[in-house]
Amino acid sequence: MLSLDLSFYNWELVTNYLLKGFIFSVQLTIIATVGGIAFGTILALMKLSGKALLQYPATFYINTMRSIPLVMVILWFFLIIPMLIGRPIGADLSAIITFIAFQAAFFAEIVRAGIQSVPLGQTYAAEALGMTYGQNMRLIILPQAFRNMIPVFMTQVIILFQDTSLVYAIGAYDLLKGFEIAGKNYGRPIETYALAAITYFVICFSLSRLARRIQAKVAIIR
Amino acid sequence: MALDFGIFCKNTLDGGVVDHCFSSILGLAGNSDPSYLDWLISAWGWTLLVSGLGLAIAIVLGILMGALRTLPDTKVVYQWLLWFSTCWVELFRNIPIIVQVFLWYYVIPAFIPPLKAVPSFWLVSMALGFFTSARIAEQVRAGIGSIPSGQRAAATALGLTTLQTYRYVILPIALRIVIPPLTSESMNLIKNSSVAFAVSVPELTLFAMQAQEETSHGIEVYLAVTALYALSAFFVNWVMTVIEKRSRIPGVVSMSPDAKLAH
Repeated sequence: MLSLDLSFYNWELVTNYLLKGFIFSVQLTIIATVGGIAFGTILALMKLSGKALLQYPATFYINTMRSIPLVMVILWFFLIIPMLIGRPIGADLSAIITFIAFQAAFFAEIVRAGIQSVPLGQTYAAEALGMTYGQNMRLIILPQAFRNMIPVFMTQVIILFQDTSLVYAIGAYDLLKGFEIAGKNYGRPIETYALAAITYFVICFSLSRLARRIQAKVAIIR
Repeated sequence: MALDFGIFCKNTLDGGVVDHCFSSILGLAGNSDPSYLDWLISAWGWTLLVSGLGLAIAIVLGILMGALRTLPDTKVVYQWLLWFSTCWVELFRNIPIIVQVFLWYYVIPAFIPPLKAVPSFWLVSMALGFFTSARIAEQVRAGIGSIPSGQRAAATALGLTTLQTYRYVILPIALRIVIPPLTSESMNLIKNSSVAFAVSVPELTLFAMQAQEETSHGIEVYLAVTALYALSAFFVNWVMTVIEKRSRIPGVVSMSPDAKLAH
């Protein structure tokens, strides 16, 4: 019969195994979010530019990234980057680059939808006031678009945090890896995987609750 | 750097060129030693098998849970079912898929011993199915929510029971509405099936990792695997488009604003 032994679950486990992984997972989430939004906004603007030279590469990039499994994208980057720069890079750095590039495709679609949710009259009004494209985007469209995007955007960040566990494929030390190594060292894989599930659940569930609360607050009433 | 796809005609044991390179695709004479192409095709088969099983589980459970989440809270039983389905969705939506795969592989068989005898691809299908069911349930719930409330009221007025209301009035419309989001969830499921590598199901991603290491022709191997994933996703997309067209009710395009105006 099964008996769960959680005696190993103490502060030492957290400091020795989990903290490092947790910090990397959070780091990866934050960097990929910030980098993904920056790169994604550029992609979205390219896609909406109406100029073939900008539009098609952006669309191709977004569609390609969205149709490949994330695990394969992680493997691709881990294989290709060392070939391009001529020297091996660590799994951690490779994971960070991959996630920025991958998330950018998803954030691009969110930003595009956000920009399109701003009524066209806003653009016309800005043009009538003599604003340039840059001023229009920076002062009129994007501030409203970003506000409209916040709900979808927060959902995407939660998904992103969950997805960071896939760096398992290249052996980067994230939260899941921390649990796995602890499980191997204590000889208790069942308990550590159960704890990993509970930990991820608590984090993601709290985040989604928080997202719902923020969502109610920031909605623009028209 | 030139691509060398000849690697797929080499056998997996000593790297010699095999006699019948495309035998596995054309179904002709088999090779005495399997080539990388044979291995690739069988890996694709595993991906399709795991995804197919997972999709079946996900659609059945997803529709059920999505429908339960929209029950009226008039009876105690319904309140329990509402609570249960809400917990279901929150639970399976907030744990990363790879962690769920480990749960099914290590943790759940420890509690339910008969599962220890179940092959690992089944466990991965269960994990994928349950994970995706939570997402489909949300789509179904949204689909049901978009149906004008007059439909439900009319069904009640006709004396239909709750079960009959769902069976004959709500679900036939809601399921047609959710086909497009269901398509993208199905494609996501195929992509997510790549996590099966973590418990050594010999599917495409595991093939990619192992063949890349053995042959050091990573680019060719990854290109082939990526193309097969894309092909599988396009196939699902096409099937769903056909289903959407076939199931369309003449005259009822959708429960669009026009239809709502009639109320």
